[in-house]
Amino acid sequence: MDDQLYREIILDHYKNPRGHGVIEDADAEADGMNPLCGDEVSIYVAFAEDGETIEDVKFSGRGCAISQAATSMLMELAVGKTADEVARMPRDELLEEIGVPLQNNPTRLKCALLGLTTLKVALHKAKGTPLPDGLAGFDELELK
Amino acid sequence: MAVTTPRKLDAQTLRQDFPIFGHPIHGKPLSYLDSASSSQKPRQVLDAMRTFYETSYANVHRGVYDLAERATAGFEASREKVRALINAPSTAEVIFTRNVTQGLNLVAYAWGLDNLGPGDVAVVTELEHHANFVPWQQIAKRTGAEFRVIGIDDAGELRLDGLDAIAQAGQIKVVAANLVSNTLGTINPIDRLTAWAHEQGAIMVVDAAQAVPHRRVDVQALGCDFLGFTSHKLCGPTGAGALYGRRELLERMSPFEMGGEMIRKVSIEETTWNDLPYKFEAGTPAFVEAYGMGVAIDYITEVGIEAIEEYEHELVGLVLDRLAELPWVTVYGPPAGRRAGIVSFNVDDVHPHDVAQILDSEGVCVRASHHCTQPLMRRLGITATARASFYLYSIPEEIDRLIGGLHKVRKVFA
Repeated sequence: MDDQLYREIILDHYKNPRGHGVIEDADAEADGMNPLCGDEVSIYVAFAEDGETIEDVKFSGRGCAISQAATSMLMELAVGKTADEVARMPRDELLEEIGVPLQNNPTRLKCALLGLTTLKVALHKAKGTPLPDGLAGFDELELK
Repeated sequence: MAVTTPRKLDAQTLRQDFPIFGHPIHGKPLSYLDSASSSQKPRQVLDAMRTFYETSYANVHRGVYDLAERATAGFEASREKVRALINAPSTAEVIFTRNVTQGLNLVAYAWGLDNLGPGDVAVVTELEHHANFVPWQQIAKRTGAEFRVIGIDDAGELRLDGLDAIAQAGQIKVVAANLVSNTLGTINPIDRLTAWAHEQGAIMVVDAAQAVPHRRVDVQALGCDFLGFTSHKLCGPTGAGALYGRRELLERMSPFEMGGEMIRKVSIEETTWNDLPYKFEAGTPAFVEAYGMGVAIDYITEVGIEAIEEYEHELVGLVLDRLAELPWVTVYGPPAGRRAGIVSFNVDDVHPHDVAQILDSEGVCVRASHHCTQPLMRRLGITATARASFYLYSIPEEIDRLIGGLHKVRKVFA
């Protein structure tokens, strides 16, 4: 099963994460934590001049291969999209991108969605829009 | 003169008592290395509980009919087994609980709220499970008492040389520590801590969750004031546990939970409390589970507590030797001589979650977590570890499969 889980692309993103780092004076940022395993992620967003398009997005933190790789892929997905598009991005879009079977593994699903959920929180905070109920369906994640 | 020959534990034979080992995981034989989290159950316990439900089930206490008497007798017989296991002076000092957490909260609330205040100090250790850490931290906050933590050295052992400094913080009223660390397997010097606590005029509260199932624990020899353990870690069912408390203290304490069973007389104006231990057992207890805990105590006693301790000591020596051969594995905690059957480790550059996931594909169950010891994780400068732990049914072949699985982890992340 984890021969599928630990596919080359996951390991590649884990070892060479895209968008890893910090944006000083970011337009939007948030910290997320998965209390189950102690994984932490901070996400930083810089908007383009229109104030809507995500020009740059970075993440820092530590976590397992699944959470780090998923967040790394998310960085690539989010650049160029508008805040609104990302805030409404269905989780399946990211899961499809990750492309590994996590449906029967709710624990690892949380790992995979930590980055996306944290990014959405950052965008909602920056735009002053209320967080939707049960954001990404994972109330257990600790979001600041 | 009767001569007791120490029995040698035969794990391969005992293993046949545990139906779960007949069920492969991902087509591989089950290697269950997570007994510190919860133990597997022998057929003897499962059968006895089923028979209890089928032949002797009615609510305990107050029933006048035969069935209720039988249920009560089974429940109370289990209390005596708990008493004998930990050598408590009396069954009045054995309170049935849901788990260790509930037992420790009982002490923190029922004793702590009335006995702590400004100028007092509650002391725990850096090795504590959150269950023996958070209640004292929070009760200290509520009562205005100080909260202090006994630190550890780099080997994960308590730094008793720090006690004098802690004593400067105020009047030490309670010292809470585990007998065996659930994360590092460190065996703590509870006798010395108890002596220190009593010198300060403090009570000693012991979390024995990882100790009672694996080694001889004698509350009178330890001299402690409270000690909690749980059934599900000693081959018994979930939902049952026990708290030993010294009678003088229990008698002076207010109840923790209130309702049925724990009262003597209730009127609109006033309520008086039942005798010990019932004063602390409000509501219908998990009595079939408490009964099952008694059967489990019979089981481990029959195997031999000393034999279990000795056997686990062999296993932990073996796994530490094998892990030491892997330069890319970091092991946390003390050497085998001062450690129970628990080993926390990490693989270089691989998150423990990923380690556990890949081991699972080999049928090897280890926990990957902070193990409810976040202050300890912070002290070690990590967020989590993988943890292998043993019990009387663990076999060296499981250690072979663990090591084989770790090589696979290494290969996947190479």
